[in-house]
Amino acid sequence: MTAVPIPANSDTGARPSAPAGRTAGVGATVSAVAVRTLRKYMHTPQLLVTTIVGGATFMILFRYIFGGALRFGTVPYVDFLIPGMVMTSVLITGTGSAVGVAEDSDQGFSDRLRSLPAPRIGLLAGRALGDTGVVAWGTAFTAALGFALGFRIHGTAGEALLAFGLCLACGFAFLWVFICIGLVSRNAQAAQGFSMLAYPVIFVSSAYVRVNTLPGWMQPVAEHQPITIMCNAVRSLALGNPALAGLGHTTTYWALLSLAWAAGITLVFAPLATTLYRRSP
Amino acid sequence: MTEAIIEAEGVVKRFGKVGALAGLDLVACSGQVTAVLGPNGAGKTTFVRSVATLIRPDAGSLRVGGIDVNRHPEQVRQVIGLAGQYAAVEPTMTGRQNLHMVARLFAQSRQQAAASADAVLAQLDLTEVADRLVRTYSGGLRRRLDLGASLVGTPRLLLLDEPTTGLDPRSRNQLWEAIRSLVAQGTDVLLTTQYLDEADQLASQVAIIDHGRVIAHGTPAELKALAGSDMIEVRAHHAADLPALARAIAPIGSDQPRIDMGTSRITVPVATGQSAITAAVQALGGLDIDVDDIGLRRPTLDEVFLKLTGAPSQPGNNGKPERATERAGTP
Repeated sequence: MTAVPIPANSDTGARPSAPAGRTAGVGATVSAVAVRTLRKYMHTPQLLVTTIVGGATFMILFRYIFGGALRFGTVPYVDFLIPGMVMTSVLITGTGSAVGVAEDSDQGFSDRLRSLPAPRIGLLAGRALGDTGVVAWGTAFTAALGFALGFRIHGTAGEALLAFGLCLACGFAFLWVFICIGLVSRNAQAAQGFSMLAYPVIFVSSAYVRVNTLPGWMQPVAEHQPITIMCNAVRSLALGNPALAGLGHTTTYWALLSLAWAAGITLVFAPLATTLYRRSP
Repeated sequence: MTEAIIEAEGVVKRFGKVGALAGLDLVACSGQVTAVLGPNGAGKTTFVRSVATLIRPDAGSLRVGGIDVNRHPEQVRQVIGLAGQYAAVEPTMTGRQNLHMVARLFAQSRQQAAASADAVLAQLDLTEVADRLVRTYSGGLRRRLDLGASLVGTPRLLLLDEPTTGLDPRSRNQLWEAIRSLVAQGTDVLLTTQYLDEADQLASQVAIIDHGRVIAHGTPAELKALAGSDMIEVRAHHAADLPALARAIAPIGSDQPRIDMGTSRITVPVATGQSAITAAVQALGGLDIDVDDIGLRRPTLDEVFLKLTGAPSQPGNNGKPERATERAGTP
């Protein structure tokens, strides 16, 4: 405690003590920013509500409108639908991150952070980590609502937990994309608008229907895009048997491929976000 | 000459086709407040953001404490503190939590951060509100906390970009007091403002910029001298007495007195202010005329500004309202 740099309040008239000449560590930076992000959500309940309202509305509509008409594989539509809904909820929750990042740029908060001797990647990773906490909340809520609407897991509790963890890992990866969107748009409305691009990507996937029911020209895209892979993984884990959902590979295959996609997305968009952050005017 | 804290030579910054800085030269010395004064769009904020390492100048050289801003931005960040145009504090955290977060990002340990947050809260008289959420703060309190956030890292150079825009006069005075005491304790300050009285009150050096370059530089007194000489101003009780007053006071002036019938006022430029006022009082003492007021008036920075930029300064809040993330008082 002897080296505490008391800011310029000595009455000797001497100049303030020389700065430490150090840069904040990545860990300290990440935790300081993540805590701020979480506090923002905790003290703004309306933010926590808006992150789930959209997803919940979708779920109720799909479950009751298509629940009677559709059946994929040998399971009821609700059991097919909810894993896809839970997985894609991370993209809907992630929209809030783009808006938050854009607001920080717009309102000078990013300027303050960027003028500090803290690593830029740490400042953004803190944001992504804090927002992952919010994604966890959104995922848990969506799953709970799914249960209330009649969804039941067919696999083990362990598999369900793995599915939850997989959603968080994929959510963390997609948050980097939303951070990039927020940095590019620089105001909340634009960020919200750009984030709407997530919807066609969600719909052209196996999230709500089997890919082989889509128009022929759409199928190759839908089949290989990451959201399909991730939905298949979560669905396999939830149903305990990929064959029940009409999936041609093992649960392990889908899970590992999902994690590879999540890692790939993070490796591309985290450095991109850092570059955008450094260069933002 | 004292050590230079900021040395800018021919700094150029363009945003697309718009030239924000067009070869700006400025040296700010250590141990004083340097004010950058200019109308909206003159390049004040672009300059501060360049010094704060937030944007890279396209050309020219810019050093802070001898460190090149383009080459070693990370070293510059260790010696600066920035308080921008908007109170960049988190409304959903308390004042103490805000300061603690910024201190942690200044590479301080948890204990150090807690101690510097306490010290800054005491220094800026914020201890009483330290544990309240910032969204319950008034605009003035937020600005003071924002200033505090730029101080927890014990910066050598404090950058204040229009720190009092949008504040009421009382909050403004409080912030001025805080800035003065920092300077007294040895922090160097670069301040941008569009308020001439703010530069006059706080700065020992003033650079007037327009269209991205410095058009005048000096102490407030030197700049005022650019606008012309001191004036003696006499206000008559009866407008009818003005011609007689003018005749009596004419010998003291360095030029013809000017009579303004509308305000019953006579102004006459004088060469030596101090002795001229004594002479004027004596000259009027022998007359049997009611005089409401007599005084020595120095030119204001307003007049310098007008003369140099060819446009009146804009004391209002020109389309740059303070934006806060949430309204004060929102539950």
